[in-house]
Amino acid sequence: MSEIRLEDKLGGAWRKPHFIKRPLLRWGLMAGFAAYLVAAFMTIEVDWGRVYEGLDRGAAFVLAFTSPDFVSRASDIWEGLFESIVMTVAASVVGILISIPIGLGAARNIAPLPVYVVCRGIVAVSRALQEIIVAILLVAIFGFGPLAGFLTLSFATIGFLSNLLAEDIEAMDRVQAEAIKASGARWTQWINYGVQPQVMPRLVGLSMYRIDINFRESAILGLVGAGGIGATLNTAFDRYEYDTAAAILILIIGIVMALEYLSGIIRARVQ
Amino acid sequence: MPVFDQNGTQVWRRRTGRESLVRWFGWLLGVAVFVYCWQIISASTTWFFVWDAPRIANDIWTRATPPRWEYITQLGRPIWDTLNIATLGTLIALCLAVPVAFLAARNTTPSALFIRPIALLIIVSTRSINSLIWALLLIAIIGPGVFAGVIAIAIRSIGFCAKLLYEAIEEIDQTQVEAITATGASRWQVMAYGIVPQILPAFAGIAVFRWDINIRESTVLGLVGAGGIGLQLSASLSVLAWPQVSLILIVILVAVVVSEWVSAKVRGAII
Repeated sequence: MSEIRLEDKLGGAWRKPHFIKRPLLRWGLMAGFAAYLVAAFMTIEVDWGRVYEGLDRGAAFVLAFTSPDFVSRASDIWEGLFESIVMTVAASVVGILISIPIGLGAARNIAPLPVYVVCRGIVAVSRALQEIIVAILLVAIFGFGPLAGFLTLSFATIGFLSNLLAEDIEAMDRVQAEAIKASGARWTQWINYGVQPQVMPRLVGLSMYRIDINFRESAILGLVGAGGIGATLNTAFDRYEYDTAAAILILIIGIVMALEYLSGIIRARVQ
Repeated sequence: MPVFDQNGTQVWRRRTGRESLVRWFGWLLGVAVFVYCWQIISASTTWFFVWDAPRIANDIWTRATPPRWEYITQLGRPIWDTLNIATLGTLIALCLAVPVAFLAARNTTPSALFIRPIALLIIVSTRSINSLIWALLLIAIIGPGVFAGVIAIAIRSIGFCAKLLYEAIEEIDQTQVEAITATGASRWQVMAYGIVPQILPAFAGIAVFRWDINIRESTVLGLVGAGGIGLQLSASLSVLAWPQVSLILIVILVAVVVSEWVSAKVRGAII
């Protein structure tokens, strides 16, 4: 069939093939998308006068990055940042420790069906609920402060890490695990010597990545009263203290970059 | 392989003595850091509230059930706004991310010494700050509303999309590019016919993946005043209208699940 097509095409000019091959689907998608865009633009109200007024403040904010003010609110910044880091560390440790058994339970090839269903359910709930919404509920239940933030981040870590760990276990090499089992190992030994060495490098990499995410998330939990640098940042924005806000943002970016660099080194070492 | 003599018989161990000592100290240090972090969290927690938490949780649950179903008539417009924020934000982000990705990829950047670091800085700084923080900032600059949400989502997504895209560009098959170059194509023709077809599937996948994440993020942007269903959530929370809160949470959950399903379907069709 393709040869006939080639014969037909010989002599004619070459045309670039389309990304979506079925013309009806292609035009339908394009028309639908255009209609959606028109509808979306019609319903968005933009107060251009307000935007124009805001340009000065935008420029002031960009300029603030050239002269960030670390000093005048130094104690607030350090307190918030320290609390963020503490929350990140504690939540990552607890989250990783809890997500390992749940990850084992959520892997179909090593867990029995009832355990699998329960663990998958936990993972699904944790992944579907957003950090900030969980934080709102936990603040309402446990009161303001870093405990709510710590619990939120731990909960989010479980969904993220268990899911990826379970996928990794499901994709592991059965042969090694069976060899350990054939030597008469107990279940714990089987996990420790047959499964764990296969998934460890990826687990370490994912954990580092999750620590990175947890720090970034801890920066916003303060907005709803769950502790961390977010409260300081919110206050700085509310008072239009752009130089302080710029200083906080620079610190966040710096720490995230440092964490990424560190996780790159650690991942390269374990793999 | 570490083997030890024990009463004349040789016993296999997993690690040498030195290795296990180093590991033991590593664990000790980790536990010490964790305990320290936990003490700080514990010190700034009002434990009375925590002991009271089950009662409070139960109280909130009884207030929040059953959800106030008739309130859903007022949620149509916020959901439409949320969808617009996510979709338009993703579109703007993709338009901005493509040039940044081409400038950041080692094989297409015009200058590895000057332009590439700038592109990487854009990627890292937009990626490491959460969209809620961008929204806070934009609300201070251009005023509350859907527009601020769109821009916040767009800025947050630039780094994410550009990072994944430039990694895809760096992994392209160089022979195709050479073949196009050999026909005498200009720089732009090489891009359009040698590079773009190779990254188009990755691009479409990234776009849909980010759209899915943006739907999640745009549901909570309203908490800081940037439009969408989060506005209704924060309004209901501040008047303690728990039946409305539970309905909004259900709607958000459905939106997240549907967007995840759509994104999985589209990505499955592309790849």
